[in-house]
Amino acid sequence: MTAPEDEAAAARRRDRRLAMARAFADNVPHNHALGIVIEAMGDATARFRLPYAAKLVGNPETGVLHGGAITALLDACAGAAVFAALPQLQPIATLDLRIDYLRPAEPGRDVWAEATCHHTSKNVAFVRALAFHADGEPPIATAAGTFMIATKLGNVAPRGGGA
Amino acid sequence: MLGHILAARAAGEPDRLLAAIPYAQFLGLSASLDSGELLTTMRYAPHLVGNPALPALHGGTLGALLESAAVFSLLWAAETAVLPKTITITVDYLRSAGPKDTHARGLVTRLGRRVAAVRVDAWQDDRTQLCATATAHFLIKREG
Repeated sequence: MTAPEDEAAAARRRDRRLAMARAFADNVPHNHALGIVIEAMGDATARFRLPYAAKLVGNPETGVLHGGAITALLDACAGAAVFAALPQLQPIATLDLRIDYLRPAEPGRDVWAEATCHHTSKNVAFVRALAFHADGEPPIATAAGTFMIATKLGNVAPRGGGA
Repeated sequence: MLGHILAARAAGEPDRLLAAIPYAQFLGLSASLDSGELLTTMRYAPHLVGNPALPALHGGTLGALLESAAVFSLLWAAETAVLPKTITITVDYLRSAGPKDTHARGLVTRLGRRVAAVRVDAWQDDRTQLCATATAHFLIKREG
């Protein structure tokens, strides 16, 4: 049995951790350049939105966003999910990222990304992510990535265990 | 768009591929021919940074550079009746990329009627020290 005050303290720690993870993700210059909006952060999840913008178009004849913009959105969102999963904030670096493009994004519409960090070990975090236009609509792209934890600026690695 | 590309290729001016692509301008991409090879360069700019503490380029910008370079090398190397559509790309990040220009070169490893496979490398100062590498599959359309 957990005492209520312990639960309250745990909830406060969680809120503080997620706020820091959010601040960290919000401090990324390229995320700002893309116009990315952090819509939500959960325990090991992140929800980002990429507002449609003319500068991100890959084919001016169709107005369809460039795949690279979706790649950057998914990479950023997946990284945020790792931050949200770590017991304490540490620098991370993408190790690999695979993206499957299921269908083109529709011109003029924002793209959402949702990422879940399924596991963190001492050194590596494992993430899956989706890009889509709206909840319930079929995905535009799916992604699977791994991230190294506690890169150059890090000092303490977590003791393994799940997210 | 495809006509534009064919014209750029006929003129031997790869940079004209990029002029029409807004996202390529946003990333600061340029293309050149380096002893017959198509080289794509992403000029350093502060808005490409992902980790301001190091600083290091955003992984997404490297992915976007690799994907673009793969498309350009494919367009340069092969006749396709449609713009290549990316089916899948897998990026391996080998070392952190610093705040400087990044170059990428693609190699078409398989050219089928419907699918092309491209391997693409990215580096900064030293071509033997890759910062990222990727393999990608594209949907294309070739006659015959």
